[in-house]
Amino acid sequence: MTEHDDLKGVNERMRSLMARTTHGRDDFEDLVIVPLFAVVVALVFGALIMLATAVDIPTIGRSFAALAIGSVGSLNAWSETLTAAIPLVLAGLGLGLGFRAGLFNIGAEGQLVMGGLAAVIAGFSLDFLPIVIHLPLTLLIGIAVGAGYAAIAGILKATTGAHEVISTIMLNLISFELLNWLLRQPWLQREGRSDPISKSVPDSAQLPQLLDWINPNLRLHAGLFVMLIAVAFIWWLLFRSKIGFAFRASGENPSAANYAGMKASFVIVLAMATAGGLAGLAGASQITGVLGRASPGFSAGIGFDAIAVALLGRSHPVGILFAGILFGGLEAGGRQMQVAAGVSIDLIGIIQALIIVFIAAPLLVRAIFPWGFRRNGRKEDAA
Amino acid sequence: MDVELRGITKRFGSVVANDNVNLTIRGGEVLGLLGENGAGKSTMMNMLSGLYTPDEGEILIDGKKVEFDGPGDGIEAGIGMVHQHFMLVPVFTVAENVVLGVEPTGKMGYLDMRRARRQVEEINEKYGLHVPPDELIEELPVGIQQRVEILKVLFRSADVLILDEPTAVLTPQEVREFFGIVNTLKEAGKAIVFITHKLHEILEISDRVSVLRQGRITGEGDPKTLTEADLAEMMVGRPVSFTTDKEPAKPGRTMIEMQNVSMLDETDEIVLERVSMSVRSGEVVGVAGVQGNGQTELVEALTGLERVASGKIIFDGTDITTASVRERHKMGMAHIPEDRHKSGMVDSFTIAENMVLNNYYAPEYSRGWAIDWNKVAETSARYCVEFDVRTPSVYLPGGSLSGGNQQKMVVARELERETKLVIASQPTRGVDVGSIEYIHERLIQARDEGDGVLIVSSELDEVLGLSDRIYVMYDGRIVAEFDNTGGKADRNAVGLAMAGAHNGDAATGEGDAA
Ligand SMILES: Nc1ncnc2c1ncn2[C@@H]1O[C@H](COP(=O)(O)OP(=O)(O)OP(=O)(O)O)[C@@H](O)[C@H]1O
Ligand SMILES: [Mg+2]
Repeated sequence: MTEHDDLKGVNERMRSLMARTTHGRDDFEDLVIVPLFAVVVALVFGALIMLATAVDIPTIGRSFAALAIGSVGSLNAWSETLTAAIPLVLAGLGLGLGFRAGLFNIGAEGQLVMGGLAAVIAGFSLDFLPIVIHLPLTLLIGIAVGAGYAAIAGILKATTGAHEVISTIMLNLISFELLNWLLRQPWLQREGRSDPISKSVPDSAQLPQLLDWINPNLRLHAGLFVMLIAVAFIWWLLFRSKIGFAFRASGENPSAANYAGMKASFVIVLAMATAGGLAGLAGASQITGVLGRASPGFSAGIGFDAIAVALLGRSHPVGILFAGILFGGLEAGGRQMQVAAGVSIDLIGIIQALIIVFIAAPLLVRAIFPWGFRRNGRKEDAA
Repeated sequence: MDVELRGITKRFGSVVANDNVNLTIRGGEVLGLLGENGAGKSTMMNMLSGLYTPDEGEILIDGKKVEFDGPGDGIEAGIGMVHQHFMLVPVFTVAENVVLGVEPTGKMGYLDMRRARRQVEEINEKYGLHVPPDELIEELPVGIQQRVEILKVLFRSADVLILDEPTAVLTPQEVREFFGIVNTLKEAGKAIVFITHKLHEILEISDRVSVLRQGRITGEGDPKTLTEADLAEMMVGRPVSFTTDKEPAKPGRTMIEMQNVSMLDETDEIVLERVSMSVRSGEVVGVAGVQGNGQTELVEALTGLERVASGKIIFDGTDITTASVRERHKMGMAHIPEDRHKSGMVDSFTIAENMVLNNYYAPEYSRGWAIDWNKVAETSARYCVEFDVRTPSVYLPGGSLSGGNQQKMVVARELERETKLVIASQPTRGVDVGSIEYIHERLIQARDEGDGVLIVSSELDEVLGLSDRIYVMYDGRIVAEFDNTGGKADRNAVGLAMAGAHNGDAATGEGDAA
């Protein structure tokens, strides 16, 4: 063989090595079919539970119709679904990023409270600023405070080894109490009110409503764009950036990451802070886009629901986007269900929980719908 | 019990891992299985043990056709496998690991650990395994962990034992003991499939040998009438050289130097005691020693994975005693870790990602804060061609590579970079003879280009064959140093030093005590 042929052979081999592999059927099953079936099974179980609690069949039918109408059946439904999805997706992105870095951060709720609180304070105290500065600054302050709050758990883990599950739970509790206490402080509490409620965020720090030109009751706000930008940014961060590479490596194989010279403590603190920043942003967007003020429990469990969203979305930004919209839809539809069919909104909680159970147990889903999957689908590589 | 594979084919995407394979395994016999990295040995055995389902073909046990649908079925039928990468729970005891999944239960369904322990002891006794039932796995040396894997299989009353590269991680002494166990098993009528890349082991222990190449059985034979050279040629398809040709070393400036370095482990035991050593540019220095005498710690100290308690480390004139792993890496230190699977790669990452695992931040792969993945893919593809990493695409997960190809991937990553010092721990573990030849050539090439090369290997042959100078470690100290120019170090003397003989005795003649 001449050198030229040799070179040609090498080039050809290189080209074939670099050809993108098409996503296999396995990926498709994992990412699309399993979640889809999980939702279906969860809805069926939801119906069974209603039956068991002596709800008659027509009511069940009506409640599912209400669920559909309330989540996607009208412009208002879509507006409500997306409005509910915004903070879920934002906080979920942070949690998913944490999971990828091997951190089980369940402190999104507290970080969201802190971010929202910071946004309220920045909102009413910097009201001399024009909106083009005031609004972004308010959101940034929410991000910074959320990040700082989560970083505490990160620093504790990096320096003392304190497990983040424990420390973030504690930080959640602290944030709730702090919120309750602050809401009674004269500088924060709304004038002339005796109940714990904060001053309002002025217009210059409010995320503008998007559809109020159609109907002022449509609550969808510009947080939608913030959310979409965040999805794109986190995707870039995880899969394109250098630091994201270190996050993922540390989560998948800490020992190999260490050997590769990635600093575990640095990754832990930075990943926690990023996650907290997103949760803080979720809180800030909720305050500046929907609530306009802080009150006890304004976080409404969004930070906990976001854990489910991150899991359902397989810690992938795009997955989290869809999962967040699904959960937003369940929430919006759930309210409608309660109004139209008189079914308790708790049922929605149960259905959400069931979806998670089935997502977490793909084998169960495969067993229930064997025809949806190739026999003998994926098996762990053992070689 | 006899097992027969008939016309077995298995594909992974475009890769045909096994292609119409026929193979017979008989009770009371050791079948040696040879083949290049990625030839399909592990895949074939995974089908036999029920972990994979063949795309075509059938498996017959004592003439009867069986179908497995999961690893449980294989063991049910009496076929047990010890995998290339162990599958033990590190924080469980031996007994707990052994019974995991088939726990003996008492009347109320509670776990009867006493009975479990007794059964473990019985098997221990019967086959001379000598495994301590109550030790935690993480506290046992690999050699014993391996026996736990064997015990696990025997506990499930397997008649066919598949041992996938069991000796790759063993010290020569452990290999001796392991062969003893294999012989006991054979005499007890068990059928044994033994996979290895060490040809002399095949000749020594197996009764029959089959060679696999590109998914097909290409040769069978009687080890009594074959030589290592025959086997190598059957396997690779060309004659293989077992000795590395090299010019005499031309040592230059000191590349790395350790001065009186001591190191403690977490329990404050001394693991390195006043170690002084050096590697010069243009020379290969080997570290010989029975595993567990401080070689691992020596590498950890050199690469910055662990802090030293006292002493100094100087790399090309710079004091790096407190420098981080990353800093040392940037200064031109390459490190092939001894356990590729645990510390050298990320299974779920693509081959391309693994190829830049510790170099992803380098300017040539950077676009601002981002990684230029196209550039990475191109470089990875080149490395794969260069090192013959067998895969259809660099976008497949690193974990889908065969064991030896994973090793080649890690070696390629470390050797293709511009470096000044290469620290190679067990660089050819699990790699086939053809690739060993190539990796050795590349290590010598690194030397000839002016790198310092430090080789730590439990294969004495590898150390003797490659090194220009040899240190022997014993009990955390360097106990002897040998000049090996032109291979003149005395094998016996090195061996004696490894066994802890006094400096004076060990270093007679060419050796001078360190
Ligand atoms: N789970 C998998 N997905 C995709 N390809 C695979 C998978 N498992 C094995 N392969 C491919 O099948 C081929 C055979 O692999 P196998 O592990 O059987 O090789 P081997 O003979 O055991 O090699 P080694 O000596 O290196 O361990 C390889 O090309 C490998 O890349
Ligand atoms: Mg293998």
